[in-house]
Amino acid sequence: MLPKTSPEIGGMGHSVKRKEDLRFILGKGTYVEDVHLPGMVYGQMVRSPYAHARIKAVRTEAARNFPGVLAVITGQDLEKAGLSWMPTLFHDKQMVLATGKVLFQSQEVAFVVAEDRYTAADAAELVEVDYEDLPVLVDPHRALDADAPILREDREEKTNHIFHWEVGDRKATDSVLQSAPVKAKLDAFFPRCHPAPLETCGCVADYNSATGKLTVWETSQAPHAHRTLFALVAGLPENNIRIIAPDIGGGFGNKVPIYPGYVCSVVASLQLGRPVKWIETRSENLQSTGFARDYHMTAELAADRDGTLRGLRVKTLADHGAFNAAAQPSKFPAGLFSICTGSYDFATAFCEVDGVYTNKAPGGIAYRCSFRVTEAAYLIERAMDVLAQELKMDPVELRLKNFVPADKFPYQSPLGWSYDSGNYHAAMNLALEKIGYRDLRKEQEDKRQRGELMGIGVSSFTEIVGAGPAHTFDIVGIKMFDSCEIRVHPTGKAIARMGTKAQGQGHETTFAQIIAQELGIPVADITIEEGDTDTAPYGLGTYASRSTPVAGAATSMASRKIREKGRKIAGHLLEVNEEDLEWEPGKFYIKGAPGKSKTIQEIAFAAYTDLPPGLEPGLEAVHYYDPPNLTFPFGTYICVVDIDKGTGEVKVRRFVAVDDCGNVINPMIVEGQIHGGLTEGLAIAFMQEIAYDENGNIQGGTFMDYLVPTAVETPNWETGKTCTPSPHHPLGAKGVGESPNVGSPAAFVNAVVDALSHLGVKHIDMPITPWKVWQILKAKGVAE
Amino acid sequence: MATKKLVRVKVNGHDREAEIEPRVLLAHFIRDVLGLTGTHIGCDTTNCGACTVILDGRPVKSCTVFAVQAEGREIRTIEGVANNGQLHPLQEGFKEEHGLQCGFCTPGMILSAYALLEKNPHPTEEEIRWGISGNLCRCTGYQNIVKAVQYAANKMSEEKHVA
Repeated sequence: MLPKTSPEIGGMGHSVKRKEDLRFILGKGTYVEDVHLPGMVYGQMVRSPYAHARIKAVRTEAARNFPGVLAVITGQDLEKAGLSWMPTLFHDKQMVLATGKVLFQSQEVAFVVAEDRYTAADAAELVEVDYEDLPVLVDPHRALDADAPILREDREEKTNHIFHWEVGDRKATDSVLQSAPVKAKLDAFFPRCHPAPLETCGCVADYNSATGKLTVWETSQAPHAHRTLFALVAGLPENNIRIIAPDIGGGFGNKVPIYPGYVCSVVASLQLGRPVKWIETRSENLQSTGFARDYHMTAELAADRDGTLRGLRVKTLADHGAFNAAAQPSKFPAGLFSICTGSYDFATAFCEVDGVYTNKAPGGIAYRCSFRVTEAAYLIERAMDVLAQELKMDPVELRLKNFVPADKFPYQSPLGWSYDSGNYHAAMNLALEKIGYRDLRKEQEDKRQRGELMGIGVSSFTEIVGAGPAHTFDIVGIKMFDSCEIRVHPTGKAIARMGTKAQGQGHETTFAQIIAQELGIPVADITIEEGDTDTAPYGLGTYASRSTPVAGAATSMASRKIREKGRKIAGHLLEVNEEDLEWEPGKFYIKGAPGKSKTIQEIAFAAYTDLPPGLEPGLEAVHYYDPPNLTFPFGTYICVVDIDKGTGEVKVRRFVAVDDCGNVINPMIVEGQIHGGLTEGLAIAFMQEIAYDENGNIQGGTFMDYLVPTAVETPNWETGKTCTPSPHHPLGAKGVGESPNVGSPAAFVNAVVDALSHLGVKHIDMPITPWKVWQILKAKGVAE
Repeated sequence: MATKKLVRVKVNGHDREAEIEPRVLLAHFIRDVLGLTGTHIGCDTTNCGACTVILDGRPVKSCTVFAVQAEGREIRTIEGVANNGQLHPLQEGFKEEHGLQCGFCTPGMILSAYALLEKNPHPTEEEIRWGISGNLCRCTGYQNIVKAVQYAANKMSEEKHVA
């Protein structure tokens, strides 16, 4: 049990108002686009209109001669410097600027640098590229056909197949599926979507030829990893590279990879000796940077007649686009997709994934998702409903029957994970109570009698976050630890820095609350700084809900180091043995004499002014935290929808989200994260897809086609929580940012299918647009 | 390059002028020429509203207005919402109700809400949602933004009452 702190201190569990807000509400944030340096010039990308074409010639003379243009960089220029290709974050490489051919529409072909952004845009129009069409491969199923065009001529393997990955017991699962009395099968496509943070990607690269130092302000969720990669790829000494991720306008996984625009800006700055700014447009962002999902999945469930689950078999085809630019741990080609047994106690399971290349933008990144967990949660939660329908059983009853029981934790899943803690029945029961499930079912029955369409969808997801333990988790070889360094100043105020980088999550507040909890220094007296690789300790960054599980734990541990040193100082000041001291947040006191105490502020002052003999001066600590396991947040979401038979429009009438993310640091911030994640889930379920036509033309490449919900379409979310602490995290916390995005799509889709199930509808792929629903209503003869 | 034009505007109460190309967007004029970077640009299709400013009392998406169209007019940007260091009730509401996360949409959102409350000091939830429907937020799910606007409406009405 963690000691309770006062609101003035503001430790764990206080809804402290955010420290970062003031600059944002005054318009004084500093995003990359706000960085303005003397002599700064602007870069503009020239992109391919074709999805697959041979480059016959790139003519740059007209652009070069345009007044105000300083440089035009092509793939051939980069080739001379050995920089025309760069490694992706997952065992592949990617063209920085195309040489030989282009492999997706909007691929980077040339980079124009000019004195101002308008001139750069004008000159980019003057770059002439001769293309010769090549056959376009859009359908991933066709990628493996013998007569399919081979896209990646640069690879030794003359195939579009990237990887095969499997986990679990194939033979046992096949046998269970063969013999089971009840089977259910689901073919589901999780469409290609895009994180679309409101701020696009961009950078300002500034090479100082006098000092040899390269400073890059970058929209980066992982600045340290980027620094190391720049050093390895460009051959610059790592001490001469400084990556600064300033305020970031949302990330959601989009800002984990290194993009060609960053590399071109660095090259241009090295060449010109001037700072180069490159900010992509929204359309460039949607069309060329890290997409997510694009998983074609099949799930088969085996069960007894009473609904007891026996086995799960999953087969998936993953479309990675032109380059495998997934950003995920190197031992996991399909990320943590093997969490697909979800919240259920399966004895047997098997999962396999094949990845292929197509003529689409490269990816797939972990969009608000701990590496393919969203796909897995969607698949199992959708498949459970298909089985319930098959069994003519209530989907809630089926779930309750098969949940991993609370007394079975830590639970070993058949696909190799050790779930740290859980109480799935409790979360489900709270959600049922909050929404009034039984009454809703009765209402639905009445409405069906009257011909009205209403549906209830349930999703009881289990997440896997906080990557991760060094023995298994690394990104391009760098272990996935994270870090915190704390300095307590003589007057008792503190500054702390982490290897993570917030993009809206509120780290400046929550990490200060962790220190407040551990040391009793008020939140108001603590500054949190992230994102500057010259000052922050090394860490792998913020994505995959890893900040609280990993950097949060590091913050806790660094604080405890300071506290232990403080104990020595307090003993010296109070002239007692350390063992005779007790701690409460903010002070050490003598056991049995609470009046005789030294506050953390007094201790801090003494650390610089009155030390016990032999003790090192100062009050600082750094901790690199290697988590012993991942954390497994979970929850139950219930969605109620009404369908308009005239238009096919689905209205989300109510949505209850019960989340369990262990001990909560700041309830206000957690609730805000849940609201936001649910809204992104709503968008994915009903509105968004980056689709391609047969020629590889992007159909969802602007905000006119790739829809983001407004305040009008977004319902009010109802939240609730249960609390099952993580047994291995120092604060019992688990991480929450992604849960709503991972858990909600299935709840939305289950609700729509439930509304139409009596008509024989078993599945509808996302996005469930009014047009798609209306076509079903029409086919079933119920459209009005 | 076209002949430059002189543009004179009143921004947040101050007279500013500059010679610019006629094609320069108001958003770029405000950011790059006037140096007021609180106005953000989040898309290229007039959908997101991050660049919303108030032009002669009406909210506009400044990425879809030429700076020369603002000649002789009054502009209010996020930098001009607080009054002598005193937060506007909307700014206070966004902080108190956790109406922002990454902060990128916040300036545009506050200015749309500002224009809404000028016109309709007591909006219903529905009216608030429509009032900010030209502004996209990817982080908050809008629920707390609605509360922030309600907070401001209540506070402004109390202040008026007291005055």
